[in-house]
Amino acid sequence: MSSTFETVANIISETADIPREQITPDAHAIDDLGIDSLAFLDIAFAIDKAFAIKLPLEQWTQEVNEGKVPAEEYFVLKNLVARIDALVAAKNA
Amino acid sequence: MGRRAAPTSRFATRYLPSRMRLEYFEMIDRVVSLDRTGKRIEARSVVPDESPIFEGHFPGHPLMPGVLLTETMAQASGYLVLGLMDFSHMPFLMAVDKARFRTFVGPRSELAITAELEHEGSGYAVTKAAIAVAGKRICDASLRFKTMPFPDGMAAAMREQARRIGLLAAAG
Repeated sequence: MSSTFETVANIISETADIPREQITPDAHAIDDLGIDSLAFLDIAFAIDKAFAIKLPLEQWTQEVNEGKVPAEEYFVLKNLVARIDALVAAKNA
Repeated sequence: MGRRAAPTSRFATRYLPSRMRLEYFEMIDRVVSLDRTGKRIEARSVVPDESPIFEGHFPGHPLMPGVLLTETMAQASGYLVLGLMDFSHMPFLMAVDKARFRTFVGPRSELAITAELEHEGSGYAVTKAAIAVAGKRICDASLRFKTMPFPDGMAAAMREQARRIGLLAAAG
């Protein structure tokens, strides 16, 4: 996987105290890894800092709560990584 | 027994009046400044002479509990976030990291509270806050807040609280 995934997986492992080998691209952050909302904000903070971006968590939460987007789109790690890459690309464009 | 009380000095220090009400969680007496560019707030509070808190913490030896110093730093941080976000969101404390209490704080201590916004995320904010007494840092912490739209009925009350302590005037 990409270096983005490696960075995100390491952040999740350190922040949420989850063994690194459990963190795979197909893992769902909440359903599979058991990350709660507080831990997810810790992770978001670390991701924001590591990539110098601002994950649009409020927008994502609203979209999921309104049923517009399935939670998997944001919380399955390979999808999260793709969105981080897109945010980084948009920032550098 | 037999010891005489020390005579009251004619030159006794005059203390600033305290408006802190510890038992009501009103921890900030007044906001001194809100720097929108530097994303920094300065506030002042004076620890009250008496409070039921001191009856237990500790009997015969009143000290500000560390948890209330943390709350004081959190409230200064919260008012910073409120001011910078122009009251669009309410911050709720969700994490306290690296809290350090470096010396004792007793009644009448004049607290100089500062908080700086370290990061404004989407739906959360991170601050670093500290309190100094007489120029000496007595505690500091890194604090994290969830920011969300005001629950019903809360916005007006928070704005009134902010007006009372001078935040609205400082925010301009």
